[in-house]
Amino acid sequence: MEASEAKSKRAGGSRLCCICNKRRPVLKRPKTLQQICRECFYEVFEEEIHQVIVQNRLFKSGERVAIGASGGKDSTVLAYVLSELNRRHNYGLDLFLLSIDEGITGYRDDSLETVKRNEVQYGLPLQIVSYKDLYGWTMDDIVKMIGLKNNCTFCGVFRRQALDRGATLLKVDKLVTGHNADDIAETVLLNILRGDIARLSRCTSITTGEDGPIPRCKPFKYTYEKEIVMYAYFKKLDYFSTECIYSPNAYRGFAREFIKDLERLRPRAILDIIKSGEDFRIATTTKMPEQGTCERCGYISSQKWCKACVLLEGLNRGLPKMGIGRPRGSVNGDNKHTKAGSTAKSIESKQCGSLDF
Amino acid sequence: MQLTLEFGGGLELLCDSIKIHKVNINLPNESDILTMKDLLSWVRTNLIKERPEMFMKGDTVRPGVLVLVNDCDWELSGQLDTTLEDKDVIVFISTLHGG
Repeated sequence: MEASEAKSKRAGGSRLCCICNKRRPVLKRPKTLQQICRECFYEVFEEEIHQVIVQNRLFKSGERVAIGASGGKDSTVLAYVLSELNRRHNYGLDLFLLSIDEGITGYRDDSLETVKRNEVQYGLPLQIVSYKDLYGWTMDDIVKMIGLKNNCTFCGVFRRQALDRGATLLKVDKLVTGHNADDIAETVLLNILRGDIARLSRCTSITTGEDGPIPRCKPFKYTYEKEIVMYAYFKKLDYFSTECIYSPNAYRGFAREFIKDLERLRPRAILDIIKSGEDFRIATTTKMPEQGTCERCGYISSQKWCKACVLLEGLNRGLPKMGIGRPRGSVNGDNKHTKAGSTAKSIESKQCGSLDF
Repeated sequence: MQLTLEFGGGLELLCDSIKIHKVNINLPNESDILTMKDLLSWVRTNLIKERPEMFMKGDTVRPGVLVLVNDCDWELSGQLDTTLEDKDVIVFISTLHGG
């Protein structure tokens, strides 16, 4: 009796859950610094996401919605919570899982197994789209050609298009992704560090691409990564958790490290960075890129060719540097200055983080 | 002191891909108390076989690694000052990977 009392005393101090005042707290919320018990945590977590969905009018009844599912923590929790809220609050949505196979052996093939299990566990139909089918290149092939720097550039650009293509195949009205508050805060910081004003102005929007093929939204915009992981842990949700083998050199890693250190000192910083990002206004004298369509594939683009077409052209012509670095001519993809023989060397010698798009 | 340590979120790769470790730890000299600080130091020396910087930064866990003592956030029990008892279960989960 004494031992278990001492144990619970040690665990939550002698305090009880801030919300219900009945149960032992198991978590300290970074957002509010409240100490809450498991049951109250489930409630506030789910309710807050429901409020974000409702207040931002993310969905309309009858919509077909694809959940970008990688088998990782965010997309698994997203699939679980969204199907639960859809049921509980009658959103009237037709939900699907959409997964992208980039062709990364030992990473993606394992996580796809997780998504296939999610398909069964949550009863949501699954569509898989592969880089190999779409572009004729797997990430493994690409890395063999360009080396271990700038891979994330290729992968990110290709994935965005792949998601749109997959969404079209599924004939959905909208795409949702599991980007969380930490991700968005990192992106704000990244765009500031790179001087990418165009992206800075868009990256905190909860819904993007409304003027493009498929709008996409991020219901977890205000949800802390820590809470997503704790939710998955307590609910014993099945997810895959290994770092992509090609990612250690990604520039985003620096922003992530910084954000995590900040969170330790002042957890509220993450939401505050997002707020700052939302309230940025671009000077009217700043020139912004104009939106048009790609001449080659018709996809949305601010240049003559969309970035995916430029990168693909470079790969297919054995010129992996094409589309990487600041455009020298008037049109990107104008690579008269690039020497075919020296490209492999020059891309590897490029300082990590010095790319500009 | 008998403890069960669990590693998740990719951290198991640092300890020979074993997720659950049942260990027996001797109390530090001149003390009858084992704190999380002592445990972390022990883990770094005895269980982490590669890339210790992925698990720890200085005296504490790397930012982005969650710690649960008996299924309870260690932020509630004093983080490094948390005292451990026999048969406790400590879970380390990394959040630093794709979602």
